[in-house]
Formats: sequence, C-alpha cells, structure tokens
Amino acid sequence: MTVSEREQRILGIIETARAKRAKFRDARVTMAHGAGGKATQGLIEGLLLPAFASPELDALGDAGIVTLPGGHVALTTDSFVVKPIRFPGGSIGELAVNGTVNDLAVAGARPLALTLSLVLEEGLPAEELRAEIDAVARAAAAADVRVVAGDTKVVERGHADGMYVTTTGLGLVDPRASLSPSALKPGDRILLSGRVGDHGTAIMLARGEFELGAEIESDTRPLWPAVDALLDAAGPSLHCLRDATRGGVASVLNELARASGVAMVVREADVPVHPAVAGAAEILGIDPMYVANEGKLVAFVAPEAAEAALAALRAAPGGEDAAEIGEVRTDPPTMVLVETAFGGRRVMDQLVGDPLPRIC
Amino acid sequence: MRYVEEFRDAELGRALAGEILAAVEPGRHYKLMEVCGGHTHSIYKYGIDDLLPANVELVHGPGCPVCVIPMGRVDDGIAIAHRPGVIFTCFGDMMRIPGSDGSLQDAKAAGADVRMVYSPLDALRIAKANPDRDVVFFAIGFETTAPSTALTLRRAKAEGVRNFFCMCNHVTIVPPLRALLDSPDLRLDGFIGPGHVSTVVGARPFEFIPADYGKPIVVAGFEPLDVLHAVHMILRQLAEGRCEVENQYSRVVPYDGNLRALEVLAEVFELRPHFEWRGMGFISQSGLKLSAAYAAFDAELRYEVPGVRVADPKACQCGEVLKGVIKPWECKVFGTACTPERPIGTCMVSSEGACAAYYNFGRFAREREVV
Repeated sequence: MTVSEREQRILGIIETARAKRAKFRDARVTMAHGAGGKATQGLIEGLLLPAFASPELDALGDAGIVTLPGGHVALTTDSFVVKPIRFPGGSIGELAVNGTVNDLAVAGARPLALTLSLVLEEGLPAEELRAEIDAVARAAAAADVRVVAGDTKVVERGHADGMYVTTTGLGLVDPRASLSPSALKPGDRILLSGRVGDHGTAIMLARGEFELGAEIESDTRPLWPAVDALLDAAGPSLHCLRDATRGGVASVLNELARASGVAMVVREADVPVHPAVAGAAEILGIDPMYVANEGKLVAFVAPEAAEAALAALRAAPGGEDAAEIGEVRTDPPTMVLVETAFGGRRVMDQLVGDPLPRIC
Repeated sequence: MRYVEEFRDAELGRALAGEILAAVEPGRHYKLMEVCGGHTHSIYKYGIDDLLPANVELVHGPGCPVCVIPMGRVDDGIAIAHRPGVIFTCFGDMMRIPGSDGSLQDAKAAGADVRMVYSPLDALRIAKANPDRDVVFFAIGFETTAPSTALTLRRAKAEGVRNFFCMCNHVTIVPPLRALLDSPDLRLDGFIGPGHVSTVVGARPFEFIPADYGKPIVVAGFEPLDVLHAVHMILRQLAEGRCEVENQYSRVVPYDGNLRALEVLAEVFELRPHFEWRGMGFISQSGLKLSAAYAAFDAELRYEVPGVRVADPKACQCGEVLKGVIKPWECKVFGTACTPERPIGTCMVSSEGACAAYYNFGRFAREREVV
C-alpha cells in the first residue's frame, strides 16, 4: 500500500467515525457546550434527541413543525444571555425578538405570536429593564408579531447577570415553502444574505476586552421579508434555509452537509466580510465564518433558480451585500471544503471549543 | 488590512509556484521543515501546499508553544488554579490541553476561577482589579511571547503589584532544533525558519544549522507568499550548492534581533538547567524561569505544586509529530481516539499544532503532480 493510499484509508476511517451520531460523555457542562460547535452537537444529539424520541426534534430544524387541522405551524424557543446587554446596533430585547422570529422565518413560517419570559437579577436598575421592554416592543412591531403571553422571575443578586430573556415563537408555515435540512441536492447554489461576523465582532468589541477601536454594529434584524422574497422568487427550488447565528456560517454548512449527506465547496473570495470585521478577526486569530450573525441567512437553491433568488435577496431590506458563495457537491460526503482566495483548498470543519462565549 | 492582502495575492502565488517548479530537480524528493507552528497554520489555512509539486514535502516542526507543554506542567497549573482565592489566567488554547486528570477547562467547570486572556497585560489588569485575590498567569511561548511576559512583570514590579504571579513555561528555540538535528531518524533538506521568534532573536542564532549540520535555513514571514518565497529560496540554495542563513522576512526581522527585547529578557528571566518538552524529554538550557530579581512574582516559589513528571499517554505520538518523524495521520490515535474536541495529545489542540491543523484543514487536499 502506498503512503497516499494509507493516508486515504485512515481518512476514510476518520470520516466514518465523524459521521456517527455525536455522544455526550463529558463529566460536567463547560462553556464549549454553549458555543454551537461540536460540544453543543454532542449535547443535542447525545442527550436531548434520544431522551425525547421526537421526529420533529430529530429533523434538527430551527423550528419544529406541528401539523394541525387546516395547516402546519412552526414552533421554536430561544434563550438570550448576551453580555453586555446593550451593544452597538442592538440590545438583548431586540435580539430576543429577532432571534426567535428568524428561527420561524427560516423554517418557512410567517411569525405570528411570541411569548416572553424574563429572569431578572435582584438589583437590576428599573431603567435598564424599561429600556429592554421598549426594545422588545419595538422589535415585535417591526417584525409584525405580537407578544401574547409571558412570565417573570427574579433571582438573588449574583445568581444571574442582569437579565436573561427567553422567547417562544409561533408561526404559520407558508404554502410556498418546502424546506428541509435533508433536501439539499448536488448542484444547489449556496447564497448568503450579506456580510458575515458583524454581530459576534460587535459584541466582542463592546466588552472592551481587546482595546480594538472599530465601528462595527450588530446586524440584528428580522429575516421574514427576505424569506418572503426568496419564496416568491424560487418557490419549490428553494431547498433549505438557515439563519447563521451561534457558530456562524461554517457551523450551518457543516450541520446541513451532515443532514443531507452531501459535500459543499465554498469560494472564500466570494464571502462578503466587512473590512473591520476581517481586521479584528485577523488580530484575534478567528475566522469570520465561525462568528455569529443575528440577521443573516444561508439559502440553498436549485441552480436554475439561483440567479432570481440572489436578485430577490439583494432587493430585500439589509440584503444589498448578498452573494452566491459556493455550491453543493457529491464528494466527499458530509464535508465542507473551501477554495481559499490564495488558490489552495482546505476543510472547513465544525467549531471546537468556545472562542467567544455569550454572544446571544 | 493593507500590507497584508499584498502577501495573499493568488496570481503572484501562481507565478511563484511556477518558479518553484522550475527550481525542482526532477525525480528528487525534498523534505523541508517549517519550524514554527504559525507556518503550519498558514500552510493549511491557505492551502499553500496545494501550490507545491508533490515531491516538495513540508514537515511540521516543534515550534508550537502549546504543543510542547508536558502534562506535568498542566497538572501543576491545575493544582494552582484549584487553590482558594486564586484567579488563574492563560491563553485560550491552553485551556483545552489535557493534564493527567482533565484540562484547565474542566477545572473551570469544576469551580476553579480560570480565565482566558489575550495577553499577559490582561492578566495584570485582572490582578489590579482584584487586589485581594492572587492572580496567576500561565506563561507559554518561545522568544516571541517571552518579551511581553517580561514587560508585564517589569510593569508589575514598577507599580508595586503584589498579587500577580507568573508560572513560567517560556522556552527557547535553538536547543530543540539542535536536539532535532542530532536525532538519527530524521532526514531533512532544509528549514523554513521561525519568523516571529526571529523578530526578537534575529537570524544570527540559526547560523549553526548550515555551519554544523550543512542544512540551509530561510527565516520567513507568515503570509502565503512569504512561505512560498522561502521554499523557493531554499530550493535555490540547494540547486546552487549554497548552504546559509537567509532572511526572507527582512521587512520585520533584523539579522541581529531586537536588542531592547533581548535586554528585557535577560533582566527578567534566566535559563533553567533543563526543561521537559512534550514527547521530546528533557532538553538542557531550553526553558526560562524568573530571575532572582523577580522571584517575588514566581508562582512556582509562591505555591507548592506536585511537580511530578507525568509520562505521555502510551498511544500518543506527539513527540514524533513534533520532531517531524511522522505525519499527523500516521499517529496510531489520530482522528479516532484523539480529535480536536477530545484531544489526547497537545498537537491536536492548538490551531498551530500539526495534528489540529491537518485534522481541521488539511484532509482532502488536491491531488498534486510529481515532477
């Protein structure tokens, strides 16, 4: 057996191991379990999915689909623990609305209603609370969704960090949508609705830990208008949507490559990145593809509809920098590859560890 | 990003690749070692070896600061981190390095106050903000990062900070290179010299490589064009029968190094008689500790630590990987028992580690042509 045959054989063994369902074997929860990378995957696939044996949950969509007489509804929930509470371009209240309505939107559902659950730390200034409730109200109005139920809890000083917010969202699945994480086909084009990494970078800089001066704002915004435009432009040719939050675009691509058993090739030079985000990422040694966004979606579209879909994205609010960044292929299955801007090629694997805790 | 993008130009890269091809002697196999983990990272991140002919093989060297830390030192750090009142600070990668019973990240989850910092100055800042706590910085790295630790300690001393301590694991680059060149199981044709280290020590300390061992070395920068350029310069030396130290990274590296930085190092640190390296055993005069003038800041004097030498896990072949004797995928546990999320060896942790770089980036490189 030649050296390269041996190498290929060993890589084959690794891929088999990698494609297996992740296990949860850790002695304690670490911050990495919250980062959206491999540890999170282990927690979800190793502990949560087996416990509930729910086909809706097993589909690993951003929202679960429930069939009722007369239609399908999408249901999703999300907790927000971002630190600091306010940051350039947004705050926890706005994030809590947009994060949840976006999970509905990328499931192809028009957001209808939200619940709002607050965990407040003893001593939180009423002014800060009032500002965040205002932010929730404004964001809900902008997303055209009503808050229909809620809950409040208070814990002793030191047992929470200011405030944590949980929202649950209900949406009506649009009849034009037939989306699924396992629906990707070789040849599908990968579209991205704008620049990557703005939110995570804005939060990082807002913490003031790095003494980097850069004007970067969070991209938090509701995505339903963009989804609505995509469904109009591409209809059934739109195979899957994801909002690229925690773990960034790289994590979304890896999850879907696994779910659909396909390969993806991303052209690094075509990925839009704000120059200040690229600069900060360079200094911190972080790849913007792994940095969180709060108003960016990744769309997988059949090739014949890709051009129309991209035009629709670009015309949607906040979509002016939308781009086609790559395509779905057959080989090597479950892997995401990058054509580097320099002309080489590499793997883009799932995130390991947690470079940026508590960004949402 | 000006002054960076210029060194990532794909067209210039292709042109340089053409020149490399022209400098290759047909049928000859070249093994070049990039000493520094920063180069390993660049090579995989940009897919640089995709632009090289298949008979130019890049071998990864020992210059990854996190990778060379032996398990016993991690255990000592964890023991300090668990002491009541201690805030333990380290770089992010260091948190995931396995000790004999878990990592610093596990210690944090178990209740130790372990915090990730981006520089020793961050650690000093934490010390000043928490005057009633002991703040310990786990210092790692070659001559590249040692000056920033030294300057931080100098500042702590000048400001009279009494609750800041350093567990020093700084190492020097020349002794492991000598150990490597003395080891019989390695045949190399030349070295890509460590650019960042050389900004401090200069290119002169590497003169022993051509003089004593007859191998060319080219000190190189970290952008993809720098690496390709260095490969070309080494191949040219070999083709022309030259053997010398050349400086590709002259825009940053002065041949004699940074004298001010070297002065600070000499003030704050002194050589240990010997220091243990992961997988490479004890190498004499290869590690630094705090000098007598800074003894009050030395965490190893402040706390009792186990100080036990812990043997590497049996299956782990980090030593052979660090010496370039085997490729990452040739290790018995690579990618199966040892993965970035559940590492056995250090090389699988740091983004500069050969195994992590190969696992994360390097699989499925393009088929290359042999010339």
